[in-house]
Amino acid sequence: MKELQERAALNPEGDSLIIRTAVRLLVPFIQLYGLYVIVHGHYSPGGGFQGGVVLGASFIMLALAYDLKTSLRHMSERVNVLLGNLGVLIYVGIGVLCALLGGLFLDYAALARLIPMAAEEWHSLGIFLVELGVGLAVMSIMASLFWDLASGGDMEEGL
Amino acid sequence: MKTFAFLATLATGIVLLYGTGDFAPWGDPASPANSHVSPVYIEEAVAETHVPNLVTAILGDYRGYDTMFETVVIYCAGLAVVSVLRRSRS
Repeated sequence: MKELQERAALNPEGDSLIIRTAVRLLVPFIQLYGLYVIVHGHYSPGGGFQGGVVLGASFIMLALAYDLKTSLRHMSERVNVLLGNLGVLIYVGIGVLCALLGGLFLDYAALARLIPMAAEEWHSLGIFLVELGVGLAVMSIMASLFWDLASGGDMEEGL
Repeated sequence: MKTFAFLATLATGIVLLYGTGDFAPWGDPASPANSHVSPVYIEEAVAETHVPNLVTAILGDYRGYDTMFETVVIYCAGLAVVSVLRRSRS
């Protein structure tokens, strides 16, 4: 890893023009696909965990093809931590909200007291909100795991 | 000590393999796993949650508590790595 870090320091923009260009073109589509996987989890294989990993992988790809700094420019560490916390908060918050509104913990039908909708519709929407929280948390954790492990924690130079 | 560990592992393995013989055949509709909650999910999940993907319906609704703690486990893993490794340049 030390050797790889030294090589990265010599050539800070990454080593191959082909890989850099391919990643630059691919990353927006990967992120769009990640969002699609999260949102379309109701109708096809997918959901928060898978979509979150795809989103996180797009930032890891940037760090691998360019360098860690480029990756951090696209998703700052502060925002990343914020999103990760927000994701878990959304999940737990919805559960607590359901309980406060008189239902059981994570019984989405209780949310009908906030916005009147059929119980089935609230179950569907509740699953979506919860999956969104999972996706945010997983994306943030995947990216920050890579950043921390690859740079040894100082966020200076990665692999 | 190594011999004892090997024998203990071997004995446990034999017991587990012996127990495998009593499993219901894979996909048996009369097995306990397929005859209690599974039919209810298959018959009622779409009507109760309006989610055509049964896996998502079970993961996000019927087993929402489990999924919540799966998320918390991942969150704790990330938190541990950040708190152990992250250091600001000084």
